[in-house]
Amino acid sequence: MSLDLEQVQRIARLARIEISPEEAATARDQLNGIFGLIETMQAVDTTGIAPMSHAVDVVQRLRADVVTEQNRRDAFQAVAPETEAGLYLVPKVIE
Amino acid sequence: MSDLINASLSELSAALAAKQVSSVELSTLFLDRIEKLNPIVNAYVTVDRARTLAQAAEMDARRAKGETGPLLGIPFGHKDIFCTEGWLTTCGSKMLSNFVSPYDATVVSKLKQAGVVTLGKLNMDEFAMGSSNETSYFGPVKNPWDTKRVPGGSSGGSAAAIAARLAPAVTGTDTGGSIRQPAALCGLTGLKPTYGVCSRYGMIAFASSLDQAGPMAKSAEDCALMLNAMAGFDERDSTSLQRETEDYTRDLNKPLNGLRIGLPREFFGEGMSADVRAKVEEALDQYRKLGATTIEVSLPNSGLSVPAYYVIAPAEASSNLSRFDGVRYGYRAPEYGNLDDMYAKTRAQGFGPEVKRRILIGTYVLSHGYYDAYYLQAQKIRRLIAADFVEAFKSCDVIMGPASPDTAFAFGEKSGDPVKMYLSDIYTISTNLAGLPGMSVPCGFGDHHLPVGLQIIGNYFEEAKMLNVAHQYQQVTNWHREMPAGI
Repeated sequence: MSLDLEQVQRIARLARIEISPEEAATARDQLNGIFGLIETMQAVDTTGIAPMSHAVDVVQRLRADVVTEQNRRDAFQAVAPETEAGLYLVPKVIE
Repeated sequence: MSDLINASLSELSAALAAKQVSSVELSTLFLDRIEKLNPIVNAYVTVDRARTLAQAAEMDARRAKGETGPLLGIPFGHKDIFCTEGWLTTCGSKMLSNFVSPYDATVVSKLKQAGVVTLGKLNMDEFAMGSSNETSYFGPVKNPWDTKRVPGGSSGGSAAAIAARLAPAVTGTDTGGSIRQPAALCGLTGLKPTYGVCSRYGMIAFASSLDQAGPMAKSAEDCALMLNAMAGFDERDSTSLQRETEDYTRDLNKPLNGLRIGLPREFFGEGMSADVRAKVEEALDQYRKLGATTIEVSLPNSGLSVPAYYVIAPAEASSNLSRFDGVRYGYRAPEYGNLDDMYAKTRAQGFGPEVKRRILIGTYVLSHGYYDAYYLQAQKIRRLIAADFVEAFKSCDVIMGPASPDTAFAFGEKSGDPVKMYLSDIYTISTNLAGLPGMSVPCGFGDHHLPVGLQIIGNYFEEAKMLNVAHQYQQVTNWHREMPAGI
């Protein structure tokens, strides 16, 4: 497998990272090197092996449906780039 | 005062209890050293003398009221991946270079409860992605044993701080070797516990199924005391394990007669440098003298751990790091058009090259049409790797090998080639995939007088046994007491 420039641009778009043509070319070469390493996995026959998604086999805990957290909106919004009246400001989405 | 910088945590605790030194004096001692030496090693990203001394005064007041405790009044540094209320928490990234955390990570608040004072925040590879500390937005950390060399990573600032005696003990995190590899390269003792033992709440997420916090200090005894305060169930972390509280110091003094040490033949093949091999072999001889026996075991799939890791970790990272969008916290690009453009420019400017690389890998392996071939296949291989350990532990109590294939390498030696860098975690990654605990313990010096680390891998929840195994070795060796010249 080998990634081309167009694929790298597409992945970057999916990841919401702006990437210049020069960066895309460097990324393509480096990603192809890394995928060369990753591809060694493909030689392994894993038929019938259950995927391991987590380090320990635990089931999701349940808790009582009660309020446990206090409202700390002011503290959390103090670190935001732009807020107004308790809301996060972003560029206009709907014209 | 100079012996205080080399003192163990229990010696510091005794000095504080005997009123030979106050927490304010002890904290000042380390703050003065940081002021003098940090410009050379770059271990700390943030130091706030007034805040530290206020905390120290609070601990002195707690002691004056009659409180006691093994860590009360001792100052620690925290890896900058841990949220610390009121402190800048950058995770080594421009993306969080302006983020003052509004809350404490659970590990931090538990240590505070135990009386630990925060000395400052420690440099690290950006978002813990790196093995050399060269990816930090705040510049690389220098290895105190040779400042032309890397300290390892990602907890490189943590490791360098201990080696240069800029903190008595520090916190670290380990996703693929980030506690053990820098501990090896800087000559200290570090422990990555079983996954789920320490809470991940407030620890900025890299790969959530692998990330685990742990102690880094001069000795195994210090690590045991720290783990006592760091471990424990936390309802705020959905993967935190509900277990009985343990005293990790309980087995420190047990003799090692009859201990069975498994040596995976895959860890002793080619790839390990000659000087590392010689020191690891010497350590094994020492263990035999202590009454242990060594047997060969096999981890046949361990060669697949690096490829599987570089699918699983970036996949989880690409998802975790999607939260950095310039809306709720952290950096936002100064100029942008629409919302999508704001995201793309913020992330292009806020993340460094290694982080972007891993986000791209993760985005690709999770994208439509590639999921089965990469992500699912990597998870199946993860199962095989974990099963290898289950099999190996049927015939041994602990597994040993090198923590890193080489001693500290020079700046720039591996940073141009990601694959070369990734392979420096070849001996540590498999334990993260399996969720097992792992340690690195100093076992001598290789070429150019650079520290070598012995890795000890235990079965699930056998931290107390591993600490016992490490502590007994440290009773008959002095490698963990060595300190770099000129520091």
